[in-house]
Amino acid sequence: MNFELIIFYFYALVATLSALAVILVKNPVHSALNLILCFFSVAAIWILLEAEFLGLVLILVYVGAVMVLFLFVLMMLNLNIKELKEGFVQHLPLAILSAGIMLVQTILLFFNIKIKTMPEISSNITNSKQLGTLLYSEYLLQFEIAGVILLVAIIAAIGLTIRKKPKENKYQNPAEQVKSHKKDRLKIVKMKTEDYDG
Amino acid sequence: MVDIIHYLILSGVLFAISIAGIILNRKNVLIILMSIELMLLAVNLNFIIFSHFLNDLSGQIFVFFILTVAAAESAIGLAIIIILYRNHGTINVEKLSGLKG
Repeated sequence: MNFELIIFYFYALVATLSALAVILVKNPVHSALNLILCFFSVAAIWILLEAEFLGLVLILVYVGAVMVLFLFVLMMLNLNIKELKEGFVQHLPLAILSAGIMLVQTILLFFNIKIKTMPEISSNITNSKQLGTLLYSEYLLQFEIAGVILLVAIIAAIGLTIRKKPKENKYQNPAEQVKSHKKDRLKIVKMKTEDYDG
Repeated sequence: MVDIIHYLILSGVLFAISIAGIILNRKNVLIILMSIELMLLAVNLNFIIFSHFLNDLSGQIFVFFILTVAAAESAIGLAIIIILYRNHGTINVEKLSGLKG
């Protein structure tokens, strides 16, 4: 047993157990926290596979943003945990059956994979630099499309959750306030001064 | 050096667990969404495994784009869940039958 294998088994065990906990625990908040642990250990495995950049992105983006969003939503909603867990035992045989068949099929397929492992090219260029070079040259258009997708997601999320105030509410319209000009409001009337005889 | 089959079995196990999760937690949309995230993670792991063993960086680029799309998907999904809860007062999948599907 070499060192790398021991590390791999440790993280794989943690990832599998926390993934099981995600689907089995009663409280949705606990399953979100378990999912965070699972993301962490899988990120470690990615780093073991020499994909350092993506491992760190997984931790930053998923643990730092997506899972925090999940936790926000979970804690904002007043969930009835008991009601949501109904039918758990009833579906258990079906779940085990379908997941088991799927697992056996995939593993059978994996054992028949014969790939020629390419010789490792030792280079001083880091993984993030290699990825960046590829991303900004060959995949530039796709990269920009990814940016547009994120923009659309921002607009969609805000547009879906925004709550319009009812019409009868009296509130300021900032746009109108900014646009207002002196000449719209102020009227200067020129008048002849009256003669004043003391 | 860890053999490729170890990594592949790990990703297969994660995928199977997430499928079981979708079937088990049919009532809770949030756990279904989390299971989908787990499924995407397993697929990404597969991409990275083959990218490492074939010495081809295109797999990692693909993972990068999958992560982007998955983040967008979960943001919109959570927004939809929030408006569902606001309108119905529940996120129980069985009670969301407004479309009579």
